Amino acid sequence: MPMAGSAPADSPVIKPPLWLLAELTYACPLQCPYCSNPMEIAGYKNELDTADWMRVLQQARKMGATQLGFSGGEPLVRRDLEQLIAEARRLGFYTNLITSGLGMDEKRISAFKEAGLDHIQVSFQASTGELNNYIAGTDSFEHKKEMARQVKKQGYPMVLCFVLHRKNEDQIRDILELAVALEADYVELATTQYYGWAYHNREQLLPTRAQLAHAEAVAKEYQEKMKGRMKIYYVIPDYFETRPKRCMDGWGSVFLTVAPDGTALPCHAARQLPGIEFPSVRDHDVAWIWNESPAFNRFRGLDWMKEPCRSCPEKEKDLGGCRCQAFMLTGDAANADPVCDKSPLHHLVTDEVERVQQLAGKKEFEAKPLVFRNMANSKRLTEAAN
Amino acid sequence: MGTITDAHVPFITPQFRFQWEEVQNCHVILYPEGMVKLSASAGEILRRCDGLRNVGAIITDLEQQFPGADLGPDVRKFLEDAHAHGWIRTR
Ligand code: SF4
Ligand code: SF4
Repeated sequence: MPMAGSAPADSPVIKPPLWLLAELTYACPLQCPYCSNPMEIAGYKNELDTADWMRVLQQARKMGATQLGFSGGEPLVRRDLEQLIAEARRLGFYTNLITSGLGMDEKRISAFKEAGLDHIQVSFQASTGELNNYIAGTDSFEHKKEMARQVKKQGYPMVLCFVLHRKNEDQIRDILELAVALEADYVELATTQYYGWAYHNREQLLPTRAQLAHAEAVAKEYQEKMKGRMKIYYVIPDYFETRPKRCMDGWGSVFLTVAPDGTALPCHAARQLPGIEFPSVRDHDVAWIWNESPAFNRFRGLDWMKEPCRSCPEKEKDLGGCRCQAFMLTGDAANADPVCDKSPLHHLVTDEVERVQQLAGKKEFEAKPLVFRNMANSKRLTEAAN
Repeated sequence: MGTITDAHVPFITPQFRFQWEEVQNCHVILYPEGMVKLSASAGEILRRCDGLRNVGAIITDLEQQFPGADLGPDVRKFLEDAHAHGWIRTR
């Protein structure tokens, strides 16, 4: 989130959360194999009810959160979404709906407007119906386009989000043309981050260096061409970098995620970290969770760091990268994110990137099926893992 | 650039939200997934961009409230920046 003006670094006071990400449900009509939801979605059934969410909104707003994202899963599945939007507006949140577009129509979009929704982000899987519907696991392309037109027509600022990976990266020009045709105000070219389902499908999603170079050049071209009309965000995927990203702008520093079952998380992927008990909004208020809970203090600041981060001159800049990535790849969440080339385990990233470079395009390798994100696969894979 | 004259009537662009934030102790501009914290003077200027008065009236009002300085050039400059960011429009 771009911010003008910033607080002094390492101030001992805990700054309040600015962002509340409300994952209303894990239910979703789509099945994106790059979904960052946990593989165990089928196991979380006990969703918060309307009153719980109202309370969470009130408590987070009172602490000073200004941005609210309704996401999931597919937030449109929740029948009380209109009610939650109205409460969010009353409290003074800037409310973002992050959606696949499935589960709304012209009427519902206007009901959201009436309730006070500020912005709708619609995700697309590709620039053609064929690939979009294949990746989404659902026939959804035409409906998405229609919804994007409605979003514009009804006066919302519109963000279109495209998650990029090896299967659609080469469509980059057509993707941007689609965004131009739909008159997006902002376009997020979000390179797949390897959490949850995306991690499981990593070798089929990792792009090649040639693809990335091409995508970056085309994105730059459109950034120039569309200046002042459409803002295009393109981030180089961290697997191809030598320094990690400043993940979530710091643990417990800006973002508060609340999962469908009420578990509060410093980022949506953190649930997998072992040895941390993440508090629930059913048992605690948001202020306690943010300020006092051991989970939100676990990786706050810099004191938890090990070498090479501890003595690194760049530690204030990237805060050692992503804790989840450190855990997934090295087995210890307190290690340096292995994306960093100062990490003794950096080869875990580069080896995988190299391996995929060699194999990409080969018939047998590309033929390996993607594992789609759905409840049946979740059950099957979770049982297999236990 | 001189795109803003004293006769223009500025108002906040509907796709942006301008509001006071108690916890931050400042005015902010909110937009999709982002926020800009405003300085006290920027907040005072935008607070007056209500779509009713023109830039000349806004400057007069500010000079009454904060006497002793010629605020005109700074206000016009800020409004031009705000216009370039898309925060305000004029009629
Ligand atoms: S990434 Fe795809 S499958 Fe996952 S929640 Fe979003 S739309 Fe649903
Ligand atoms: S060693 Fe740690 S702190 Fe230093 S650049 Fe790498 S990840 Fe960042």
